[in-house]
Amino acid sequence: MKRAFPILAVVTAVLLAYALYQALVVAPTDAQQGDVYRIIYYHVPSAWTAFLLFFINFIASVQYLADGKPTSKQAAKWIAVAVGVVGAVAAFVIPLPAGIRPSAIATTVLAIPVFYFFLGKYFPGEKLDVLAVTTAEVGVVFCTIVLITGPIWARPVWGIWWAPGDIRLTSTLVLWLIYVSYLILRRFSDSAQTQKLAAALAVFGALDVPLVYFSIWFFRTQHPQPVIGGGGSMDPRMLHVLMINWTAFLFFAFLVCWSRYRLEVLRREVEQAHAMQSLSGAASSVALANPAVSNRGSQ
Amino acid sequence: MSLWSVTLATLAKDIRLEWRSKDALNSMLFFSLLVVVIFSFSFDPLAEESRHIAGGLIWVAILFAAVVALNQTWARELRNQVLDAYRVSPAPANALFLAKAIGNFIFVSVLEMLMTPLFIVFYNLRAIGPAWQLIPIALLGTWALVVNGTFFAAMSIRTRSREIMLPLLLFPVSIPAVIGMVAGTTAILTGDDPAHFWIILLLTYDVVFTTACLALFETVLQAE
Repeated sequence: MKRAFPILAVVTAVLLAYALYQALVVAPTDAQQGDVYRIIYYHVPSAWTAFLLFFINFIASVQYLADGKPTSKQAAKWIAVAVGVVGAVAAFVIPLPAGIRPSAIATTVLAIPVFYFFLGKYFPGEKLDVLAVTTAEVGVVFCTIVLITGPIWARPVWGIWWAPGDIRLTSTLVLWLIYVSYLILRRFSDSAQTQKLAAALAVFGALDVPLVYFSIWFFRTQHPQPVIGGGGSMDPRMLHVLMINWTAFLFFAFLVCWSRYRLEVLRREVEQAHAMQSLSGAASSVALANPAVSNRGSQ
Repeated sequence: MSLWSVTLATLAKDIRLEWRSKDALNSMLFFSLLVVVIFSFSFDPLAEESRHIAGGLIWVAILFAAVVALNQTWARELRNQVLDAYRVSPAPANALFLAKAIGNFIFVSVLEMLMTPLFIVFYNLRAIGPAWQLIPIALLGTWALVVNGTFFAAMSIRTRSREIMLPLLLFPVSIPAVIGMVAGTTAILTGDDPAHFWIILLLTYDVVFTTACLALFETVLQAE
């Protein structure tokens, strides 16, 4: 696995360079916006990557909480399947607001049980929490890119930096705020309790997102309708370049997550080794004074 | 020991403590009075303008003031290891949570009842829309603040620098509730739009987060 890392790094670098060439040279110029629109190739892939990472964080957090007890572990499995099936059917049955395609909702909802079982299989126990830290941190970075490139794009196109009533801008900002508070909580709590507190906060954040979305729904939206899963239209050549860029961004995100994941695993191993060392030191000094205590501790 | 008997006992204890000391209520009241006075110096609106901004001002003042009370919720139980006693007792964890949340709801509601006349005087307010709808907005909005506030206060006392953590955790998650309260109040004061959507939003928010708090409180209380 360690040998795969440099290979993946090289592939990612090549892909990013190719995507940049496609975005700046190959993609056609927009009829209305001119060359300014090319920032889409950074803005949109970053947004999709950030949302994907936050989604993984949510699933990992739920599973981490559910794995605490055998009963809730079983229940959570069935709930994940039920949410996927019921949600996918409901997306086609319940009339959705204009601009949202039922297939987009159904795909997202079906991803919940798929990710749930995938993460449960390959990231058991504490590894779920390591995955949650990793995806939250990298997700915040990508979300920051979205929030920076957004106003840069909006200023020449809309004439304003920021549209406070816009649904996508505001919900992305709130998502960013929630995950920054998540990282602050992780930083400020003691290591023994961090995991469960952070997982609970992640669940609250995920519950908050649809409510944020609907609370801003009432305001007039200035952002273009989504290209994928919406009613918007886009030149197929532009869409092609966008997909190349997203692939490159996914590789890049995966690479960064991988190294952050390994770093976190190593950090915990070191922490544990320190704890074991000081414990054995304390135990041997106690054993000298009172052999009965060390016997009880080792049982 | 049933859920409700423990809830009522803890609630009665908290209200009795607050009645005798009046710590939380006095500090909240004075704090929000200061906010109102500072706002009234910062903006000097006409009656028509004040209808548009008063909804935002009153809820921001109450939100900040509520944090003062919420921070004291669990801090009181840390003295003499009362919280540890709760954790080893057979009493259901949710009873403790409900008692604290209902207690905070009562304190913040009393604050609102005292502050609303002040706001009306300072900003010359008169609702154009149906004023009675302010009552469900106030009740649902206050519950939205205190239910999450009580939960996150329990989280933030487990961290270093407790007092600072609570608003950092509470405010991002509270944004939809704050939007609902402010937009609903403004809609009623100006009479431009119906406020029904915001009442439904607040109700949904309350149901979702009360369920989440009750489902996760035991995990947070026992987290080691």
